Amino acid sequence: MSGALLEVTDLRVDFRGGGQVLRAVDQLTYSVRRGQTVAVIGESGSGKTVSSRAIMGLLPPTAKVTGSIRFDDVEMVGLAEKTMRSHRGRGVAMVFQDPTRSLNPTMRIGGQIREAIQTHEKTPRATAHDRALELLELVRLPAAKERLEQYPHQLSGGMRQRVMIAIALAASPKLLIADEATTALDVTTQAQIMELLRDLQQRLGMALIMISHDLGLAASFADEVVVMYAGRAVERAPTQMLFAHVRMPYTRALLDAIPRLENASHAPLAAVPGQPPNLALREPGCPFTPRCPSATDQCRQHMPAFEEHEPEHMWACWHPCEEGVAR
Amino acid sequence: MSTDAPLLDVRGLVQEFEVRAQGGVKSGIVQAVSDVSFTLAKGETLGLVGETGSGKSTLARAILQAPRPKAGEVLFEGTDLVKLRGRELLRARRQMQMVFQDPFGSLDPKWSVTRIVEEPLIAFRTAARGERRRQVNEALDRVGLDPARYADRRPRSLSGGQAQRVAIARALALDPALIIYDEAVSSLDVLIRAQVLNLLERLRAEMSLTYLFIAHDLALVKQVSDRVAVMYLGKLVEIGPAESLYREPLHPYTVALLASIPNPDPTAPRAPVTNTIRGEPPSPIDPPSGCRFRTRCPRAQDVCASEEPPLRKLADGHLAACHFPVGGRESNQTAPALAGGAPHDAAASDRHA
Repeated sequence: MSGALLEVTDLRVDFRGGGQVLRAVDQLTYSVRRGQTVAVIGESGSGKTVSSRAIMGLLPPTAKVTGSIRFDDVEMVGLAEKTMRSHRGRGVAMVFQDPTRSLNPTMRIGGQIREAIQTHEKTPRATAHDRALELLELVRLPAAKERLEQYPHQLSGGMRQRVMIAIALAASPKLLIADEATTALDVTTQAQIMELLRDLQQRLGMALIMISHDLGLAASFADEVVVMYAGRAVERAPTQMLFAHVRMPYTRALLDAIPRLENASHAPLAAVPGQPPNLALREPGCPFTPRCPSATDQCRQHMPAFEEHEPEHMWACWHPCEEGVAR
Repeated sequence: MSTDAPLLDVRGLVQEFEVRAQGGVKSGIVQAVSDVSFTLAKGETLGLVGETGSGKSTLARAILQAPRPKAGEVLFEGTDLVKLRGRELLRARRQMQMVFQDPFGSLDPKWSVTRIVEEPLIAFRTAARGERRRQVNEALDRVGLDPARYADRRPRSLSGGQAQRVAIARALALDPALIIYDEAVSSLDVLIRAQVLNLLERLRAEMSLTYLFIAHDLALVKQVSDRVAVMYLGKLVEIGPAESLYREPLHPYTVALLASIPNPDPTAPRAPVTNTIRGEPPSPIDPPSGCRFRTRCPRAQDVCASEEPPLRKLADGHLAACHFPVGGRESNQTAPALAGGAPHDAAASDRHA
């Protein structure tokens, strides 16, 4: 399809260690169009972060990546580190969960942004300085000029995350990956940062992948949602369609487990039992089977294919939720 | 809920910490908790919400006298804990337990699950070994961990949800009256969090426990609470029944917190949160004069800087500390309209029609 900026096809990531192979990502397929916002949602161990690091080429050597990641018509899997470097930043940039650990504590904010600018393009110091100021103003950091001279510890968590976003934008990437970028922030700050990201994305025509555990955040900000469980995509659809017609029981379970303000106090939450599977023990069948209210023998023995069952709506389930199934 | 004397009655609680610059020179005082008062009835759950630095965890610790507050009273079953010393304080503390956010940080990695849960029983010399073991097994059963499978495990072989269940079992071991949960489910995955929340609700009913439930997530807090208290920069800014606090929030900060919650319904109308709040909290070392929220408040007027608004009753059991409360109850005061509106203003006016 035209306009696909990123096409991930049959991505698999294996980690070897301790005499076992851990399949962190399996058969992952999705695409991101230019300017689009895609949310990749999942819990710990779902493979959402590992798959995004594969796109960035940031996985350790113990990881074996197979399948295809095409970005702007260039195959990324198997690319040499040197070529990968120019892809990072200019093509794809990433903002991580913890801005404190991503910033150098001994370097002024201005220097860190200048470094990001000059890494990608030979720029005179004065020009880089002006550009750094522009970037801080772009991410609406209050008193941007003074901040250039400050150190990370002088900034609040929300301000540091704005600086991280400014650094990520330094080389005008076509795709920004925000990996739980607002999870460590306070609620009111989270909402402000998300609004900033959406605004920047629209103004700069950037594509955005939001990696998150929060379906609520996806509903508010994404065009399309990919739900992952145990390393696989289990449901994918445009946001409105997904929330109106949830098909995969796992997505349903996630939605029902979110406390909502409309719920009466002390109303029990619909909670599925059990825990996510051990990724080192690859059993046949659907990995959600032991926790799924609709599971049958078929689910235990055969893995359902992840297919487009309705236009634009893909899921992997033998017994998808019917319309209007009680929440 | 009962109408008897409250289990916990906190009056004018103040907690401050000195900040020292390099060389040990005193450079300021963090006003972590400033003049906070509330009561907690037996069997009730009070939710306490606020962002980082609002003083909610400090408040919890000051209640437990660890460390002791700078001023104020903490009446537990009518006795002021602040005045208790030594053995008497220990005996009172047995009635109060706390569960923290990070179970792995609060469980000794070298100890077995049994030893972890048994420790408080040993510390308080409650019973002989055989009886203690029976109590440990009972506590593990209560939190849904089969003693036969988990008794000998170490924390590292547990998942986050299981480890938090162990921490809850340890809190239950002494059969306390009050349990304080400090962000106890915040680091758990969504599905596991729902399991643990349901567990807490079941335990409360089964053991007639009283909870102080601290979290930054207002929707989460509302799910388990009878009443909710909102803190901002060391001050209690609003407290009231969970339902009315959510339907008719009075304090602009509560409105902003409500507007910040991402709605899992993509079709829901959404006003930008920047209409309800600006920027980030100022430092608690030198908080703003008057109302501490005024620097971020879209309704702030001159009076907000000069006069501190007292916490006052504006509806049944519902108090807020604001000169210009949301919802227009103060018809003599002309408050500027809040751009975008409070998220639940429509519901509020319906009820008062």
